[in-house]
Amino acid sequence: MTTVLLVAERDEQGEISQTTLQAVAAANGLTEAQVTIAFAGEAPSSAGSLAAEKVVTLSAIDASDSGIYEQATADVAAFAASMNPDVVMFNKSDFGSIVSARLAFRTDSALAADCIGISNADGAVSVTRPVYGGSALAEFEIRSTPAIVTLRAGAYEPSTETGSPSVEAADSTESVEQRAQVTDTVAEARDGVRLEDANFVVSGGRGLGGPEAFHVLTDLASVLGGAVGASRAACDAGWIDHSHQVGLTGKSVSPDVYIAVGISGASQHMAGCSSSRAIVAINKDSTSNIFKEARFGVVGDWEKILPSFIATVRELKA
Amino acid sequence: MKVRIVVLAKQVPDPETPPSQFKIDESSNSVITPNGVPPVVNGFDLNAVEAALLLKDSDADVEITVLSVGSDFVMDAMKKPLAMGADRLVLVADELLDKLDSSATVKLLAAAIQKDGPFDLILGGRQASDWDQAHVTLGLSEVLGLPLVSLVKKLEINGDSVSLQRLIPDGYQAITAPIPAVLTVTNELGEPRYPNLRGIMQASRKKPEIFSLDDLGLSPEDLTPKLELKKLYVPESNKQVELIEGEDEADSGKKLALRLREEKLI
Repeated sequence: MTTVLLVAERDEQGEISQTTLQAVAAANGLTEAQVTIAFAGEAPSSAGSLAAEKVVTLSAIDASDSGIYEQATADVAAFAASMNPDVVMFNKSDFGSIVSARLAFRTDSALAADCIGISNADGAVSVTRPVYGGSALAEFEIRSTPAIVTLRAGAYEPSTETGSPSVEAADSTESVEQRAQVTDTVAEARDGVRLEDANFVVSGGRGLGGPEAFHVLTDLASVLGGAVGASRAACDAGWIDHSHQVGLTGKSVSPDVYIAVGISGASQHMAGCSSSRAIVAINKDSTSNIFKEARFGVVGDWEKILPSFIATVRELKA
Repeated sequence: MKVRIVVLAKQVPDPETPPSQFKIDESSNSVITPNGVPPVVNGFDLNAVEAALLLKDSDADVEITVLSVGSDFVMDAMKKPLAMGADRLVLVADELLDKLDSSATVKLLAAAIQKDGPFDLILGGRQASDWDQAHVTLGLSEVLGLPLVSLVKKLEINGDSVSLQRLIPDGYQAITAPIPAVLTVTNELGEPRYPNLRGIMQASRKKPEIFSLDDLGLSPEDLTPKLELKKLYVPESNKQVELIEGEDEADSGKKLALRLREEKLI
């Protein structure tokens, strides 16, 4: 038997997040898995039919602790100590990254982040994770219990299995001294569709040569009803705000069509867009890595290609 | 009052190595350094160096120590933070420290910080560009028992606390933390400065201070990895690009749109 504690997350509507459903599938894929799913705060009603033995609710996360997670870590750690699981599973989210690392080092446990695969055989848990910005994959065997892992979004299909877990509240934990405090949350203005939700993403990179080009990309994005993305090089050059950055250290997107203009396709960038349905590359260098990742490509000068592309898309949309 | 900042820095293979030159020796599960591509300081750690230098710009009484653990240090790479303006370089160097997992790295850094401290701020980059883990600085806060704030894009010291802006997907959080604190710095803080000639000259005269495992009271057994690397490999790509070619570039643009429509993608 392999006991798994899965720390769940909810989406903006309060429902179980798709990434948590993916983690449920990963957890149930382990041999003889016995899965407990923990929610911070009240569990959504759909949790009652998750494929698990048990659903537990921990204390809700206070706004002053959100992003720091001192209390949230203490709550997860207390429950994990009472359950003594073989595997503690998180999503590679802001919450999951911080709480998993805090928990692992607090309890001197093994930690593997951003895994795309997890399996077990003969009592040992193994994981696969991308390294070197996605240029390579590494397989590890975890040598101590519990194995604390975070899963990359999109690595598994969301679980469609159902079950009838018991739903109960975990014993309440003591409140810890919260040293760092969130005093304010400032939302920055965004026009149009959220990058992460867009069906079309038009991204620009170093090959655009300057900030002006992003007006053309914005034009294309608005014709398609999509959002504008960018490579780290374009953001670091100050051509567009960092909130548009797609990649390992930016946002992960999975649109129907990802149009990469003047982007070389470094693996760090591809890590943020490789789950797109189709990647379209426009680049004047035919040897660019982006053409190894794309489904459609045009080799040439974007300044000559895009106007006719935009005009034709506009006609087709009319 | 003197403010002591330690910045964690890691030597990594140059992430700008073109994918075509990225090779792995599968027998030793390690990356083959391409000829003529020297290692660099992890770029995200240079963001943390820049954060410390911004504090020093406004308060001359800031002392910046750069700390690293590992083996086979290349001094030209490791001295870059000194050339940018950091004051000291401390290396925990030992040939045993070749393949450390994050748990062993944190133990070494914690021991070095306790020996060389106390420090007011401990800064790290948001992640390393080789193993992409982003664990070490976070873990260090737990081992040292200090408050932690990640993804800091702006910081200011106010007496015995630090005011921070922490990056979130649609904006930022304003956070106050007591000093001492552990922070990870994100690249949104701004480009690391280029070393000037004077900085490079000063850095060339500075010698790193070296700690051995013995100096830190640690033995190799303390550093047993919790994760064993079984296999490291380059995944095969089976994608085949369909290149759209028109009579000229404008025609290619038109044909691309028509092809995407044909595939019902737009």
